[in-house]
Amino acid sequence: MNYSPDFSVVLDNWPVLARGLWVTIQIWLPSIALGLIGGFLISQARLSSRRWLSIPSLVYVELFRDTPVLIQLIWFFYAFPILIGVQLTPFTAALLGLTLNTTAYSAEIFRGGIKSIHRGQMEGAKAIGMTHAQAMRRVILPQVVKRMLPAFTNRMIEVAKMSSLASVISVHELMYQGRLLSSTYYRPFEILTAVAFIYFVLIYPGTFLAGRLEKRLARSS
Amino acid sequence: MQKPILEIKGLHKRFGDHHVLRGIDFSVAAGERIAIIGGSGSGKSTFLRCMNFMETLSEGEIWLDGKRIGTERNGQVTYPERQLCAVRERVGMVFQQFNLFPHMTVLQNVMEGLVTVKGMAREQAREIALQELDKVGLSEKVDAWPGRLSGGQQQRVAIARALSMKPEILLFDEPTSSLDPELVGEVLRVINHLAEEGRTMLLVTHELGFAYHFATKVIFLADGVFHEVGTPDEVLKNPRQARTQEFLRRFGEFAF
Ligand SMILES: Nc1ncnc2c1ncn2[C@@H]1O[C@H](COP(=O)(O)OP(=O)(O)O)[C@@H](O)[C@H]1O
Ligand SMILES: [Mg+2]
Repeated sequence: MNYSPDFSVVLDNWPVLARGLWVTIQIWLPSIALGLIGGFLISQARLSSRRWLSIPSLVYVELFRDTPVLIQLIWFFYAFPILIGVQLTPFTAALLGLTLNTTAYSAEIFRGGIKSIHRGQMEGAKAIGMTHAQAMRRVILPQVVKRMLPAFTNRMIEVAKMSSLASVISVHELMYQGRLLSSTYYRPFEILTAVAFIYFVLIYPGTFLAGRLEKRLARSS
Repeated sequence: MQKPILEIKGLHKRFGDHHVLRGIDFSVAAGERIAIIGGSGSGKSTFLRCMNFMETLSEGEIWLDGKRIGTERNGQVTYPERQLCAVRERVGMVFQQFNLFPHMTVLQNVMEGLVTVKGMAREQAREIALQELDKVGLSEKVDAWPGRLSGGQQQRVAIARALSMKPEILLFDEPTSSLDPELVGEVLRVINHLAEEGRTMLLVTHELGFAYHFATKVIFLADGVFHEVGTPDEVLKNPRQARTQEFLRRFGEFAF
C-alpha cells in the first residue's frame, strides 16, 4: 500500500466541516429537547386510564420504534408533504423525524421510570395536598430522571449519531459535508476520519459528564 | 354533642364487582380519637382512604365543616382536583409504609408541603419543619436521608410531615404494622402525645391494647359495615356482637 494520507485537505476545508457541525448541533439538541418534552406528554397518555389517550399513544410509540429511522426521515421529506400539501425543507423534515422518533423512545423511558416508582410516592405527595402536576414535578420526576439517566444519556448519543442519516435527504449537516468533500477531492480516508473524530469530540463530553453526574446522584441516596 | 367536623353519609366503595364498603354513615367531632379494627381485607384501609379521597367513592357523601365535598352538576358529582387537594391539606394521612420522599432529606420532606402546597417562604417553612421534627424527637436527624433511618424514625418523620400542614384531622393506617416490634413503642408514644394535645384522629390498628387506651371510640369493621361501635370498654371488653367477640378471641389476650 503506497497511499500517503494528506490531512491538509481537512484543514483547508475546515470551515465547511464546521458549518456541517453547526447544522448537526441544530438538529441534535432541539430534537432531544423537544423529544423529551413530547416523550413526557406521551408517557402520561400511555399511563392514562382513558383508552382514547392510551391506545393512540401506544400506536404512535410502536410505529416509531418498529420502523427504521432512515425510512422515517425519508418519509417525512417525500411522503408527508403529499399528505399535508406543503413541501418541507430537508432540515425541517429531519428535525421533525428525529423529534418524533425521540419522543417515542423517551416516552417509553419515562413510562418505565414512572412505573418503577412505587405508588406510595404519589400517595405520599397527594396526602400533603399536592396536585398531580406538583407531585410529578417535585416527587416523581426527580426520581425518574435519576433512575433513568443512563437511558436518557444513551438516547442522546443515539440521536447524535442518527442525525447523520439526515445527509440522505440533503440536510447540510456534518455527514453530508463530509461526503461532499470526499467525492470532490477523492480523499475519503482523511475526510471521513476527520468527520468521525468530530462526532467523537461532540459526543464524548456528554457521555463523560453523564457518568460523573450518575455517580454523584448515586451517592446522594 | 359537638358539631361534627367530618360526616360520611351512605358510603359505598366497589372495586369492580367487589363491594368492599356497603353503606357507612358516620361522623367525627373535634377531639375524637377513633380506633378502627377488623380482619385483614375487611376494608379498613379503604374506608380511611375514602376520607381523604385517596380512593374515589362509589356512592355516598363526605361533608367537611358542614360543606359537602364535590361539585354537583346535572345530578353527577365530580371531584375537582383543587377541592380534593384542599381536603387533603385539612385531613392528613400517615401510611403503613411511611412513603417518605427518598430524594429529599428529613428536613426537606417535612418542608415540602409547606413550600410547594402552601407556598410558604423557605425560611418560615424550615422553622415550622424543625419544630415538628423536634416534637417527634428527631432534631438530630434533620439532615439525614430517609433511607438511613430506622423504620420507627421514618414513621416519625412521616408524622412530622403530616403535622407540618396543620391538619384538622389525622388518619393513621396501621402506622406500626411494618415496624420491628422494638420500634413500635417510639411511634405509639408520638401518637399518644398527639392525643394529649387533643387532636382529632382516626387510627386503623391491630394494637388493640394501644387502641383501648388511645381511643374515645372504637369501631369494628366487618362485612363492609360498622358492625359494632362504642367506647373502648364496650367494644373491646364487653362486645355485644358475636362477630366482634370472635374477632377479639382470635387476638387472644391483649395487654391493657
Ligand atoms: N385498588 C384496589 N383494587 C382492587 N381491590 C382492592 C383495591 N384496594 C383494596 N382492594 C380490596 O378491597 C378489600 C379491602 O381492602 P383493604 O381496605 O386494604 O382492607 P384492610 O385494610 O382492612 O386489610 C380487599 O379485599 C382488597 O383486596
Ligand atoms: Mg389495610
